[in-house]
Amino acid sequence: MSDVIDRPMLDQEKTAATRLKIIDCDIHPSIHAHSDLNEFLPKRWQQHLKEYGSHLRTPYIGTTPYPRSSPLIARRDAWPPTGGVPGSDLDFMRKQHLDPFDVEFGILQVLDLFIFSQQNLEFGAAIQRAINDWQLAFWAHRDPRLKASILVGQDGSDLGLAEIERCAKTGEYIQINVSPRANEPLGRRRYWPIYERAQELDLPLGIHVGGYGGHAPTGGGWPSYYCEEHQSNAHTVASNLTSLVLEGVPERFPKLKIVFIEGGFGWIPATMWRMDQHFERFRSEVPHLKRRPSEYVKQHFWFTTQPIDEPDEARHLRQLIEWVGIDRLLFSSDYPHWDYDDARYAFKTPLTEAERRKIFNSNARAVYKF
Amino acid sequence: MARHIVARTSEIPAGGNKVFGLEGRDIVVFHVNGEFFALLNRCPHEGAPLEKAACVARLTSPEPGIYHRDRVGEMLRCPWHGWEFDIRNGQSWFDPNRFRIRSYPVAVESGAELQKGPYVAETFPVHIEDNYVIVEV
Ligand code: FES
Repeated sequence: MSDVIDRPMLDQEKTAATRLKIIDCDIHPSIHAHSDLNEFLPKRWQQHLKEYGSHLRTPYIGTTPYPRSSPLIARRDAWPPTGGVPGSDLDFMRKQHLDPFDVEFGILQVLDLFIFSQQNLEFGAAIQRAINDWQLAFWAHRDPRLKASILVGQDGSDLGLAEIERCAKTGEYIQINVSPRANEPLGRRRYWPIYERAQELDLPLGIHVGGYGGHAPTGGGWPSYYCEEHQSNAHTVASNLTSLVLEGVPERFPKLKIVFIEGGFGWIPATMWRMDQHFERFRSEVPHLKRRPSEYVKQHFWFTTQPIDEPDEARHLRQLIEWVGIDRLLFSSDYPHWDYDDARYAFKTPLTEAERRKIFNSNARAVYKF
Repeated sequence: MARHIVARTSEIPAGGNKVFGLEGRDIVVFHVNGEFFALLNRCPHEGAPLEKAACVARLTSPEPGIYHRDRVGEMLRCPWHGWEFDIRNGQSWFDPNRFRIRSYPVAVESGAELQKGPYVAETFPVHIEDNYVIVEV
C-alpha cells in the first residue's frame, strides 16, 4: 500500500479538529535574549550569569552533550521571520500555531538555561524565579491563552518551597514543575515537602523530560548517539513513575495529580503490568501500598501524548491508547521542536468524537481546572 | 494532465524553491544542480510544508564509522521530523514502498518553443530568449 497523500489525510478528523478547541499541554517559549531576564534577576545573579554562566552536572558547559537533530532542536520552519530563536516571538507563535490550531489553552514549558540542572542551587533558584516572572510578563499577560507553571528545583527544596509560596499567591500559575533528573529518584522522601504543598494548593505536579542530572540517562550508561539518547526519555519517565508509585507518593498524597510531559505513552502498559506482577509477589516489601500499582497510575497520573508512538499498524496504536486509558492522555504538540506533533495528523488511528474531546480538551480541562 | 507554465528558470535560484497553487494544491518546485523538481508541498507523515525542507546529500554507511556522501542536494529532509525523500520521485528513503510524496513531471522549455505550441501564457510577458518551468498536474 502506498501512503501517498495529496489531500489532507483523515479529512473528517481535520474537520473535527477545527471544530474542537485544543488544549496543548506542551509549548516551549524561549528567551529572546538573556537581557530580557534582567528586570527579574537581581544584579548579583546577572553578574554571575555573565561571568560564570551555567554550572551543570555534565561536561560541555554551554551546550548539550549530544548534538541535536536540528539547531535548537527546532522545526526548520519555526524560526521567526523577525529574527530571534524559535519560540521567542509571540506573534509568530500565534500565527504559526495558536490561531490555526484553535488552541484554547497552551501550557508553557520553559527549558532555557538548563533550568533544572544548575549545580549552584541558589543561582538555579534565582533563574527559576526570574523565568517564573518572565513567563507572566512576556507570555501569559500578553496572551490569555498561555498558562505558566511554577518552576522549582526540588534539590534545593527550601528555596523551591519559598518560590511555590511566592508564585501561588498570584493565583496565575496552573502547575508546579520539577525536574525528572534530580539527584535522587522522584519518589524519595526528601522531595515530599514539595508534593505535600502541591496537594494543599491543588496544583498538579508537572514533570517534563530532559535536562541532565549527574546520572547517565539510561540504566545501561551513556549512549553514543542522539537517536539513542532520545529513547532514554521514556526510560527516565518509567523509572520515575515506578519510584513515585512504589515509594508511596500517591498513597501518602492521595489528592496529588502528577503529569508526565513529553515522555510519550507506549511504555506505560508494560510498566503497569510488571509492577502489578511484582506487587503480587513482593507485597510484604512495600506494605505501605494499599492498592495494586496500576490503580495508582490510573488514578493519580496523566501523560501528554507527544512524541506519539507510531506502530506499523494503526490498530496497535488503538490498543495502546485503550491500555493506557483514554482518560489518562493529554494532547501536546511540543511546538516549536523538531519532534512536534500536528493535532490533525499525529493520531494515525480513528478516534470517536467523544474520545477526541477527552484527549484534546476535557482531560486537561479537568486536571488543570480551566 | 494539464501543463502549467509556472515560472522563468531564473525566478527559482539554485538551491531554492517556490510554491505554486495549481488546481487547488500547493506544489513546490525545487531547483537543484540545474534541474527542476515538482512535489506536493506536504510531507506524507504529518503534513509539514516541504518548502522549508533542507536539500541534503544521501548519506550511506557500510559499517559504523564509514560514511559515503553522494547525490548532493537531491534528498529532501522534512523540516519537522527529518524524514528523507528522494527529490527525483518523492520516495521515502527509509520506507520507499509505504511512503512517498506525490511528485509531478517538470519540463523546461524555451520561450521560442512555447510561442509555437499551445502553451503561450497570456499572463507572462514572453521574452523568447528565456526558459520556462512547466509542471504537469
Ligand atoms: S511531517 Fe515530515 S517527517 Fe514528520
